[in-house]
Amino acid sequence: MLKDITLGQYFPGNSAVHRLDPRTKLLLLIVYIVALFVAVSWVSYAVMLVCLCTVIAISKIPPKSILRGMKPLVMILIFTAVLNIFFSQGETVLVSFWKLTITLEGLLRAVQMMVRILMLVSGTFLLTYTTSPIALTDALESLLGPLKVIHVPVHELSMMMCIALRFIPTLIEETDKIMSAQRSRGADFENGSLMERVKALIPILVPLFISAFRRADELATAMECRCYHGGEGRTKMKLLRYGRNDYIAFLLGIVLLAVIFTLVHFGL
Amino acid sequence: MQETIQTEHLAYTYPGVEDTPGVAVFKDLDLTIENGSFVAILGSNGCGKSTLAKHFNAILLPTGGKVWVYGMDTADEEKLIQIRRSVGMVFQNPDNQIVANVVEEDVAFGPENLGIASPEIRRRVELALKQVGMYEFREHAPHLLSGGQKQRIAIAGVIAMEPKCIVLDEPTAMLDPKGRREVMETVLRLNREKGITVILITHHMDEAAQAGRVVVLHQGQIAADGTPKEVFSQVDLLHRLGLAAPDTVELCWELDRKGFRLPLDRLTIEECGQALYESVMA
Repeated sequence: MLKDITLGQYFPGNSAVHRLDPRTKLLLLIVYIVALFVAVSWVSYAVMLVCLCTVIAISKIPPKSILRGMKPLVMILIFTAVLNIFFSQGETVLVSFWKLTITLEGLLRAVQMMVRILMLVSGTFLLTYTTSPIALTDALESLLGPLKVIHVPVHELSMMMCIALRFIPTLIEETDKIMSAQRSRGADFENGSLMERVKALIPILVPLFISAFRRADELATAMECRCYHGGEGRTKMKLLRYGRNDYIAFLLGIVLLAVIFTLVHFGL
Repeated sequence: MQETIQTEHLAYTYPGVEDTPGVAVFKDLDLTIENGSFVAILGSNGCGKSTLAKHFNAILLPTGGKVWVYGMDTADEEKLIQIRRSVGMVFQNPDNQIVANVVEEDVAFGPENLGIASPEIRRRVELALKQVGMYEFREHAPHLLSGGQKQRIAIAGVIAMEPKCIVLDEPTAMLDPKGRREVMETVLRLNREKGITVILITHHMDEAAQAGRVVVLHQGQIAADGTPKEVFSQVDLLHRLGLAAPDTVELCWELDRKGFRLPLDRLTIEECGQALYESVMA
């Protein structure tokens, strides 16, 4: 049951999008998000949508799996839509009942907000689908590198992220084992009121935490044995290097941003 | 020739918690391990095997006496990295010593810490993975491998640092028979072909029988020390220490007590069978 949980759902592949330097993808995502928030008109939205669809097509990620990722968003989308429909000011009244009025402007605004959220999330998905978690960690460490000057522990943070990702499957397996052990002694996790079910989790969490601490202790010793002494003087096997494609991607990103700004400037 | 590891009057006491006194593990232990040898360390639970292993690469420092690793004093903090890259360590639980979630990234962890240049790390990682027979798994996620495979990855992670000596602390305790065989074959090959000194701490007598030298620890002292044949033929001593001899020796010992005259130094099944055959024919 717990084995079905996937984190950072990475689809291994060899498309042009996969091969981009992870730093490029991360920076372009930021450019994309900025452009998305600057864009206000339908024309600029259309431009953004074309860009998004092109990148999805290049990445060869099945659009179905992106849509599947949207499921948990349904509640947020409905909430946003309702708020925008009823609480937007507008002149063209479509329906009016009790104290609520629905205006054409409100309706359009609601659609626009929903599209924005959907495009925002699909862009982010595109990054995590085409980049392995380790590459993302490396990219973060490299991009945040300058912060070391002001004593931000960048290396330590990325090491922690890396270890956390490494141990998620191990701990899930362990949770499964503990649950089976408790169930075989008559523990009941499915029935009862909410309070009872929460209480039933305690005998799982306590051994899980104890074992996690023991693991941490052993891992620390093993890391010390392998000469780990912090980020100082450490090298990397896989070096991140910007290639020709990365420069082209950056260029396209800047062009997109410029187009959106121009469109907004001319009120389109 | 310079010895790999030498302990001189080694004493170690685990620090006590609050008012309770500490537990003394070693009082005065002298042990020398020669370069290129394969030494198995045996002993019942709590005899200090793992504590001793942790002294070999300065994870623990002696509270009395000295530990020399290739002529370096483990208490010398400036030599710490040098000592740890010379003596690699493999632990019991393979899950708790793998750092990264891609096999080759994990093997690269040690060399990366040593500040080696990228192409050289790549070369070492590939060589190490080939030596443990895990090269085709280099892009796999470690949690999807079997216990024996994970332990071989851990060994590869150690040999990628190109140590002169490997200490294995019960590396097969959590493995099934197949995994145990894989790990033992890898370790034996590294010792024979690469001349790496191996110190194997184990509970399994048949694994110890494959070593060149067996040291039996009991209550922080050396109870027996010699070739496997010399040590395992002292069946009475082993039993008194709560240990058993390898199955073949146990069989001969039992029959010997029943009046058959059998030698007690037959460690392989073939040797044992031959001895039984000769005994019956005589």
